[in-house]
Amino acid sequence: MFGYYLELALRSLRRNKVLTALMVLAIALGIGASMTTLTVLHVLSGDPVPGRSSTLYYPQIDPRDMSGYLPGKSQPMYQMSWIDGMNLLRAKRADRQALMTGGLVAVQPHNTMLDPFYEAARFTTADFFPMFGVPFEYGHPWHAADDEAHARVVVISAALDDKLFGGKDSTGKTLRLSGVAFRVVGVLGDWHPNPQFYDLLRKSFGENEGVYVPLSTSQDVGMNHDGSTDCWGNGGSGKNPSHTAPCAWLQFWVQLDTPTRAAAYKTFLVHYSEQQKALGRFQRPPNVRLRDVMQWLDYNRVVPDNVRLQTWLALGFLLVCLVNTVGLMLAKFMRRAPELGVRRALGASKRALFAQLLVESGLVGLAGGTGGLLLALLGLSLVRRQPAEYAPLAHLDPAMLLVTFLLALGASLLAGLLPAWRACQIAPALRLKSN
Amino acid sequence: MDVLPILSTLHRHKLTAWLLILEIALTCAIVCNAVFLIGQQLRRMDLPSGIAEHELVQIQLGYVGNTPDAKAQTQTDLAALRTILGVKQVALTRYLPFYLDGGSNTGIKVNPQQQQKTLDAAQYLGQNLLPTLGTRLVAGRNFRPGEYVDLDTAVAALNRGNLKGLPQVMIITRAIAERLWPGKNALGKTLYVGNGIPFRVIGVVAQLARHKRLQQGVEYSTVWPIRMTSADGASYMIRCAPKDRTTVLKAAVAKLKQLNPNRVVLKARTYDAVRRAFFANDRAMAGILVGVIAALLIVTALGIVGLASFWVSQRRRMIGVRRAVGATRGDILRYFQTENFLLATIGIALGMVLAYGINLYLMLHYELPRLPAIYFPVGAIALWLIGQLAVLGPALRAAAVPPVVATRSV
Repeated sequence: MFGYYLELALRSLRRNKVLTALMVLAIALGIGASMTTLTVLHVLSGDPVPGRSSTLYYPQIDPRDMSGYLPGKSQPMYQMSWIDGMNLLRAKRADRQALMTGGLVAVQPHNTMLDPFYEAARFTTADFFPMFGVPFEYGHPWHAADDEAHARVVVISAALDDKLFGGKDSTGKTLRLSGVAFRVVGVLGDWHPNPQFYDLLRKSFGENEGVYVPLSTSQDVGMNHDGSTDCWGNGGSGKNPSHTAPCAWLQFWVQLDTPTRAAAYKTFLVHYSEQQKALGRFQRPPNVRLRDVMQWLDYNRVVPDNVRLQTWLALGFLLVCLVNTVGLMLAKFMRRAPELGVRRALGASKRALFAQLLVESGLVGLAGGTGGLLLALLGLSLVRRQPAEYAPLAHLDPAMLLVTFLLALGASLLAGLLPAWRACQIAPALRLKSN
Repeated sequence: MDVLPILSTLHRHKLTAWLLILEIALTCAIVCNAVFLIGQQLRRMDLPSGIAEHELVQIQLGYVGNTPDAKAQTQTDLAALRTILGVKQVALTRYLPFYLDGGSNTGIKVNPQQQQKTLDAAQYLGQNLLPTLGTRLVAGRNFRPGEYVDLDTAVAALNRGNLKGLPQVMIITRAIAERLWPGKNALGKTLYVGNGIPFRVIGVVAQLARHKRLQQGVEYSTVWPIRMTSADGASYMIRCAPKDRTTVLKAAVAKLKQLNPNRVVLKARTYDAVRRAFFANDRAMAGILVGVIAALLIVTALGIVGLASFWVSQRRRMIGVRRAVGATRGDILRYFQTENFLLATIGIALGMVLAYGINLYLMLHYELPRLPAIYFPVGAIALWLIGQLAVLGPALRAAAVPPVVATRSV
């Protein structure tokens, strides 16, 4: 029966090419626009560390003075000061912990064919790599002992390894950074967390850093800090923030394997704040937060407002396209009232007619979906040419491909329901008579 | 034109008529808001910076290896840059108006005991800044050489709690002056930064936009007499005639490299490029909105064409009868045009309400102002026009129906 309906549907669609084309075009435009923006939204709100995001937390405390304090409303300090970061790091109350900040280092290649250049760097502690599950192509991360010893060791990204050493195993080689010789101990594998959850103030999306150096060593060498510095009280900072000034410029991440451990860590943060207040370093009442990765991304509204707005806009557009299709479908089905009347008179049930008309609208949906898919691919390639830092990430994945077709089919079936139902309500006798 | 017969016909095609009205209403609501959003983006992109935008180039250098005596190197660099043909002014500063790559802000109070800051302002540091940027003083004077303090000295003094080592004076924008001391002369008044560090206002500039965080007040900027070096992450700003920018940029980069080859050029660009980068997202968004508006109007127009054609073919007999009893072609044409006008008007009325609702939602979630009333007639006229254009084809076809149709049975 389905085959017969399909044949009828094809015949009917061919009979009125302009109307069919209009319907397919409307659905394709609506689906294309919605899928483009939904894909961008999907990519941007993804989990940057799947499988780990629920055990990684970003602790925040509030070391500021009372100036500007609003009880119950003030959020704690966004980043950590050197003293608090070091205290929490050394307390080792979490399963893993890493203190870090962004930097810029001058790379002087061995190869004299290459000019020196500046590369984004991350100054961090040893747990960074196992905690975030960073894969290694060659070598290994440095160890906690290297942090203690202020060792001149460096881990580089695969992209930098390609650039400097032609993609070969460069472990053990020497690399001059900011005028000082470092030993390469590891080369990262394929690791591109997006959004860059661990330091959203530097940038939210894009390529991660090329150079990873122990935090202690970076401070010895006086490597350039690159990132946001927030000072309170009479704190001030030059280019590189001071370790004793009341300024926050480090990010601190912890791994807490169970919710119980997380609750205990939060209590520890409150105790730490109380203790520091008793010592006179803190003045505000304890004000702590412990957000996991997804909560942290959500709190930071990491998906740009423009992208959300575009998604709403596209869905509104899809709605207009759907209403448009309902109208056209209604016109099409009503125009065939005489034919439907004949079929009813010959014994076809209302259900059979309804099914037949739905097959026809489903067919329109499939055609519209295919067109929509092509338009979405075009739309995404346009998005990739936008200047936004998330732009290169806009690619269609299989899940979104499936969603496209389901959306198109669902939308057109929905659009077909009312017209099909309306067309089935026709009294066959009346139609036959008027003919 | 008599409206009643049209209404009674529409009454018999309620479903189709309502669908068309709904489509027009949705389109109208979205178009009103989208046009409004475009207006917002354009206004943002048009914000004045208060500097001589087309006369400025920026060069930022990074040292490779050990940084030499940065202060001496900076003085040498500045002197050398001044000798380049076409260079009018040279300064060293860290951030610029509408700057994507960072910024520095400070809370300002009028009373040292205040708990909450009065406003949040951008900080501009650097020597010879105002003459180079071309920012106009409207009151007071520029800094005197003796008022400048080196950045490292100032930071060290701050961290030791020694307020004497800090600069004592500041230049503010007119917007800050009016916010802090409305209707009064700001010159000679004292404002406070941090935990009550006093600064005396010695000058007021007409306009100087902040680096970023524009929602905190685009016009809230302060200029501090602090000297920096090229090792502090600051950039050389060079002012020259607009047509000389490319040659000056090239000559300046060559000169700086020659003076000390042990450094890398991180940025070498015109201020126009700086501003373009800052507003690139707004421009892209405006482009997308224009595209959506165009697509929406096309889809709606096609929908009207489709439905009107359907109605015309359905009413061929009626048209034939009317023609046979004396209606002219013009009557038939006007009939369909009036019908469309009626539907569009109902749709537009509903669309206005919807547009207002959408705007309320956007205001709640996206820091947008209220939709000004001017956008409503714009949306209405656009849809009336689209409707009339779309219906013209089917209506002409209807007008071409010969009266003889009335006498045929089918």
